[in-house]
This record gives sequence, C-alpha cells and structure tokens, in this order.
Amino acid sequence: MLNKEIRKHFPILDQEINGHPLVYLDSAATSQKPRQVIEAISNYYNLDNSNVHRGVHTLGNRATEGYEGAREKVRNFINAKSTEEVIFMRGTTTALNTVAQSYGRANVGEGDEIVITYMEHHSNIIPWQQLAKEKGAVLKYIDLEEDGTLSLDKVREVITDRTKIVSIMYVSNVLGTMNPIKEIAEIAHAHGAVMVVDGAQAAPHLKIDVQQLNCDFFAFSGHKMCGPTGIGVLYGKKELLDKMEPVEFGGEMIDFVGLYESTWKELPWKFEGGTPIIAGAIGLGVAIDFLEEIGLEQIEKHEHELAGYAMERMSEVEGLTIYGPLDPEKRAGLVTFNLDEVHPHDVATVLDMNGIAVRAGHHCAQPLMKWLDVSATARASFYLYNTTEDVDRLVDGLRMAKEYFADVY
Amino acid sequence: MSINNLDQLYRSVIMDHYKNPRNKGVLDESDITVDMNNPTCGDVIHLTLKMEDGIVQEAKFEGEGCSISMASASMMTQMVKGKTAEEAVKVAHIFSDMMLGKEVDESVDLGDIEALSGVAKFPARIKCATLAWKAMEKGVGNDSDQ
Repeated sequence: MLNKEIRKHFPILDQEINGHPLVYLDSAATSQKPRQVIEAISNYYNLDNSNVHRGVHTLGNRATEGYEGAREKVRNFINAKSTEEVIFMRGTTTALNTVAQSYGRANVGEGDEIVITYMEHHSNIIPWQQLAKEKGAVLKYIDLEEDGTLSLDKVREVITDRTKIVSIMYVSNVLGTMNPIKEIAEIAHAHGAVMVVDGAQAAPHLKIDVQQLNCDFFAFSGHKMCGPTGIGVLYGKKELLDKMEPVEFGGEMIDFVGLYESTWKELPWKFEGGTPIIAGAIGLGVAIDFLEEIGLEQIEKHEHELAGYAMERMSEVEGLTIYGPLDPEKRAGLVTFNLDEVHPHDVATVLDMNGIAVRAGHHCAQPLMKWLDVSATARASFYLYNTTEDVDRLVDGLRMAKEYFADVY
Repeated sequence: MSINNLDQLYRSVIMDHYKNPRNKGVLDESDITVDMNNPTCGDVIHLTLKMEDGIVQEAKFEGEGCSISMASASMMTQMVKGKTAEEAVKVAHIFSDMMLGKEVDESVDLGDIEALSGVAKFPARIKCATLAWKAMEKGVGNDSDQ
C-alpha cells in the first residue's frame, strides 16, 4: 500500500460532502489533480502564456519549450521511439476518431473487417460503426468469457485476412479486465491488420510500453491520470503516421500554403491543427512527473491490493453482485456491482449522502450492459489516493443503502 | 442528518408507487405510443395512451429505472387519466417548475405528485423524475397538434 501522505497532494480531498469527509471513488471517470498540476497550469498562465512555434519573443520560447518538453515526457512515459510519434489531442475519443477518420478511411474498403469486443467503451465503438457504414465494411465483435475476460482462441476465430483494424481497450472501465494486448497485436499483425489500443483506463495505472506491446496506435486521456481535462495523446508508429492525412486543417499544421494547394508540416505537428492545448500539455507533463516519482509499478500494486480488499469486504454485504473477473490479479482497481434489487442510482444517492462518490449508470458501455443483462450498475474505482478506510466507508454506506431500502422489497 | 436528507427524497408515497406501480403494462389498443430513454443513465420508459375526444382515457407504462423514475411514471399515469391533452401538458409544466424549485400554481391539486417536490434538492436526480413526464408531453403534445 502507498503512504497515505499522498492524499495531502490533492487539495480537493480535504473537504466534507453532505456532512461527511469526502471519499472519492470515481477516478475511472476522472481522477483528482495534485497541487503540482494545478500550480503548473496556473504558473503557465501567470508567467509564460504565449502562442507556440512562432514569433521570436521570450514568452513564445518559454511556451514552446513547455509544450514540447511535455511531449518528451509523454514519449518517455509510454516508451515511444520518438516524439514524432506523440500527438497531443483533446482526449481518447478524439484520438480514436482520428485513427478511424484518417487511417481507417484510407485503408478500409467494402467487405473489409474491423474487429472490436463486447466490452468496449462507446468511444471505441461508434467511430468504427461510422467507418463501417461509410465504407460498407463489417464490424465484428469478439465475445467475452463468462468472467468478462477475453480468450485468445476467440480472438483468433474472429480476426481473418479481411480484418484491417483491431481496436480493443487495454483495461475495461466496467469489468476491470486487463486484456492481453501484446498477444492480440501478434494475431492482428499475422493477418495484416493494425492494432489500435484504447488506453484510457490503462495509462493512469500501469507502466505502458508501446514498443513492447507492439501496438500500432495507442490512445489515452490526461484527465484520468492526474492531469487536466481537454488533453490526451495519440501515439502512432511513425511509418503509419507518415502516410496518414490530417483530419483537421488550418494554422499550426501547415508547411506551405498556396491559393489552391498546401503542404503539411512534418510529424507530429501535421495532426495538431490550430493553437494547441498548451496549458493542458504542460499540466499533463507535470502529472507524469508526479506519477513517475511515485512509480507506476507501486501505483498498480496499490490498486491491486485495494481492489482485492474491496472485493473481500464488499462480498460480506449480502445480496451484492460483483461483475468481471473475481480474481483480483486479473483486474484493475475498480469494482462494478449491484446491490440486490436496489437501483444503482438509489445506491449512489445513499452513498452520496454519506460523502461517498461512486458512478452509477451504463458507464458509456451499453453493449456491455446488454451482455451483462443489466440496465445499469454502480462502480467504485480506486486510485493512488484511496485507502482501505475508504473501502470501509463504502461498505458501511452499502449496508446503510441495503437497510434503507429493505422494507421496499 | 443524512438519513433525514434521504427521507426528503424517498418519501413513503414514492416508495409505495415504486413497490406497487399503478398502471404498469402496455395497452392492447393505444392511440399514442412513446419510447423515451435517458441516455446518460440508461433509464427507459415505454408509454401507451388511449385518447377519446381529446381526453386521456387510459395510460400505461413499462420501463426500467430507479425508484424515483419509476414512481414518477406511476404517478404521472394516475394523474393524466381523464385530463385533456392541454390539461395534461399544463400539469407537466407545473411538474417541471416543481423540479426546478420554482413556485408552483397552487390552484391545481397535485395529489401524490407533491411528494416528489423533494427531488428538487437532489439536482442529479431531477432527470430521473422528469423522464415519464417528458414522454407524456411528447405523446399528447403531438396528438393535440394534429
């Protein structure tokens, strides 16, 4: 377990909600931000704010150095070969849409296949649905095992020589499942397909090595990993990005502009049209510093232990169903559950009255809800600042919810 | 403290409607059918209405959702029966004002619906309570336009 002193870096945690000290268990939706990140953004605007890659003045230099320095931090964080492969974007959704709109449109034709799974987040479903509709391609789903994991046998059954794109989440935001991306990428490559990874729930919690995974694209968001909202990253292999067309055109991304023809800047800037997300990138860079100082391995270990403790304590509550793999080693730091017949919204309201923040709903994964045969679930997700005491408070809150609604059923 | 707050939301009338929903089901013969969902939370309602001379004769609902959304649907179907489309829309507007914490027109007897006034203090739950009313308004609103 990590030292509880870590909590002191997060000003937001030091408050009462509805008369109780806040227990924040919704980090899979968005994480809280450490003081270092908040101050870095504020310092940027107070001292260095200027546009990047232009002008000769000192502030412009500082802003450019901050922005490009953040890119190098991201490169190192995911072990990309070069910063040319690190493109700043609004978030995972924009990154996945960019792959679909640029690589997808150029490489997927009628009758070709795009392969995803039943556990995907809407942001890794709809860009492919749209592409498949536009191109007359076939969108195929890999079915899940009973415990909410993927079997490589089923992956092999679904991917064929017609498959052009395989796009799968690294860690499930509902089931907590960690998918064997490296092995799936091997299968995809053997059929000549590219491997796209939705890393939104992985980057905050695991050491990411895009070269070791040998994925072709990797998308993630800053706000789930202690960074600000509105900044995310698309990693792509240089040889693919080089051949791809931008999807946004305008300032920043051009080389030469004529009346009827223009040329693009080199990588990564050709994909960054318009004034970039400068403060966001700087904030993300500081978030990466913060996470690396603690150590991603330590964070992952902390979350495994916390999820294990949570599953053990939560299973003491009668009538509680946990979704996803029950082996804590097979899952990331989140627990999705339902409590008897009590609707998850009602559970979440009782918890909120006790100062405990959880998510309730379909978690942007309607096809998965259908697969689980539920209309909604509640989810407690953990991060480096959560403690076993938070889990104890959750369990007390669940008992209270159960009691409160007991006479209804 | 917290429990008292919860009691403001989950009044016994609401829990009674949740446990014993009135007008649950689907009308065999209906003039108006409305399907509506709440995309942010997954609540769904299937509403069927039977109209006669511009008056709601029968109303039934099927759906899935939390106690607030299902109790509100039950109360709505109870309230809407015997009302003209215009009157029904008027009550929907009064209900909407109540959810926004505004002063409501006291000349209209709200009956059980008054119990939902506590929802206004739980902003995250307002959309649960309004789903069935929006479905009804869409249904009879379209009908009265024709």
